[in-house]
Amino acid sequence: MLTALLSGDTPRSRVLAVVLVAILAGLALAPFIFPGTRSLNVAAKVAVFVLLVASYDLLLGYTGIVSFAHTMFFGIGGYGVGIAMAKLGPSWGGLALGVALALLLSALLAFAIGLLSLRVRAIFFAMITLAVASFFQILASQLSWLTGGEDGVTYKLPELLHSRLACYYVILVFALVFFLALLRIVNSPFGRVLLSIRENEFRSEALGYRTVTYRTAANCIGALGATLAGALYAIWLRYTGPDTTLSFNIMIDILLMVVIGGMGTVYGAAVGATLFVIAQNYLQDLMKLASEATQGIPLLPNLLHPDRWLLWLGVLFILCVYYFPYGIVGGLRMRAARR
Amino acid sequence: MSAAAKPATRTPAATLPGERLDWMPLALIPAIALLALPFIPSLPTWVTLTVAGLAMGMMIFMMAAGLTLVFGLMDVMNFAHGVFISVGAYAGTSVLLAMKASMQADSLWANLSAIVPAVLAAMALAGLLGWFFERVVIRPVYGDHLKQILVTMGGLIVVEQLIHVVWGPDIIPLPRPATITGSFIVGDAAIERYRLLAVLVGLAVFVAMSLILNRTRLGLLIRAGVENSEMVESLGYRIRRLFIGVFVAGSALAGLGGVMWALYQESVNAQIGMQMMVVLFIVLIIGGLGSIGGCFVGALLVGLLANYTGYLAPKLALGSNILLMVLVLLWRPRGLFPIGKA
Repeated sequence: MLTALLSGDTPRSRVLAVVLVAILAGLALAPFIFPGTRSLNVAAKVAVFVLLVASYDLLLGYTGIVSFAHTMFFGIGGYGVGIAMAKLGPSWGGLALGVALALLLSALLAFAIGLLSLRVRAIFFAMITLAVASFFQILASQLSWLTGGEDGVTYKLPELLHSRLACYYVILVFALVFFLALLRIVNSPFGRVLLSIRENEFRSEALGYRTVTYRTAANCIGALGATLAGALYAIWLRYTGPDTTLSFNIMIDILLMVVIGGMGTVYGAAVGATLFVIAQNYLQDLMKLASEATQGIPLLPNLLHPDRWLLWLGVLFILCVYYFPYGIVGGLRMRAARR
Repeated sequence: MSAAAKPATRTPAATLPGERLDWMPLALIPAIALLALPFIPSLPTWVTLTVAGLAMGMMIFMMAAGLTLVFGLMDVMNFAHGVFISVGAYAGTSVLLAMKASMQADSLWANLSAIVPAVLAAMALAGLLGWFFERVVIRPVYGDHLKQILVTMGGLIVVEQLIHVVWGPDIIPLPRPATITGSFIVGDAAIERYRLLAVLVGLAVFVAMSLILNRTRLGLLIRAGVENSEMVESLGYRIRRLFIGVFVAGSALAGLGGVMWALYQESVNAQIGMQMMVVLFIVLIIGGLGSIGGCFVGALLVGLLANYTGYLAPKLALGSNILLMVLVLLWRPRGLFPIGKA
């Protein structure tokens, strides 16, 4: 039963299993174990980012393509909900319409980008997506009659989602369902073809798989996952703006989460996102202490300044790419397999 | 080489400046300038905008040149190239602010005595960082594009944060030296002095680069390396050493571009590098990855178009570059001057 739910892709490492169960339990019981608005915000962000990062991992880890447009799709989801709620008022029909339109737009965009640029090499795709994403960011800030410009849009949600607790659980359940769906996709024959493309594109093509088709499909699925994550995040925040969805900083965060957690493992997304969001929110407190403790020594307090937490995660990121290309999850699995 | 006998669009060989250039992309520059003329109400405005566009294009070219050569020579796309721009801008700014007295003096020589050290410091620091970067960050990931993108992105994050550590997180205002502020009037058109200076410096860099690439033995080796690096290596030249040289020179040029850009905007912040990266990529894609001539044409096109649309429809200004890129790719899917390898 459980194996079927996980699509046969069990953790394969006792430590990893414990970590995953701890994350799931922590998220499920978060409102009770960690009371307070801040910790609930952290928990909701973890739930959303696990889905977002898992959908990115489908591209980066499984298919081996680097896209910088993932925040664009995240933003489309967010604005889909935001604009629908702001213009149509808080109704379920409006919510569904907004999400549906966002999904449609994302799929079309991902398809177009994929067809145009996935034929050529990884670098080209990365550059094109970076350009398109920054264009979209400008578009969102310029069309202020629709998107509220730099200020973004705030809105009310349907009655049922007014309680923070109910809202949290709705998000958690949806994130979990979509996460399991992604797990299903990567462990299907389709997912195997994606892996084979990552390992040896030429050979996959020779075996009769149209690699462009598969890559474009992966690009679309990843985009849809990001759109759903964006919609969930918009439901949680009751606000959508460029900084919460489209900003390039979020793209960098996603990259860090995927690589530190482990590329090519959906569980890596869960571990990476959890670790990162917690670090983002609590590492700064720790660094503040360290920074104050080292007052007087030149430069060191600046290096340990709470705002410089990204510096240390960046260093960790580079080390991960060199020495642990499969991240935390890959490392744990390899250790378990060696035994 | 027999390549010259084939139709122009299919000659991967004839792409570097000084060789047989096909004229169609070159004609795009005056074409865009002339196309904009009827839309802009007065001739003087058009002249001002054109000079501004050329100045912007020249600065973009300086920043992009290293990136495209490095890609052509070693098949490395450095996503952290933007930090060389930021570091150059910051280093130059520090020197300029330290020499405030000679900055504000109303004599050209006094101003120059501040600007020249600032530019040298910017280029030196950016070059040094480039050398370090090549050694430590990029060397272990040759031949693996995925890791290259990831690792250089990581480098971008780390260096950007280090800039915050050293120079602080706030925007630093940077007033221009007295003799290059203001503008002079030609006919009815006002031309900012600084923009003219930028055009001159950019042209000087382009000419120097073309001369080195086309008239020296070193340039011959670089061009041959871009064409087919394995062949050059098998003839007994150390392509790696050549590559480090190009990498450092490219980083130093990015530093120069950075300091000029900082003076142009009259402020620096740590994000300039990243903001410029998007433009640089567009320029590289338009020009054709690895091609210096393409990079030059692409940079000028982007600069001109950004200024015209910035005047006519400010909301479209940044989007116009993307539109240009799409149009160019529809015309020539591998950029204006495709290089053999890409």
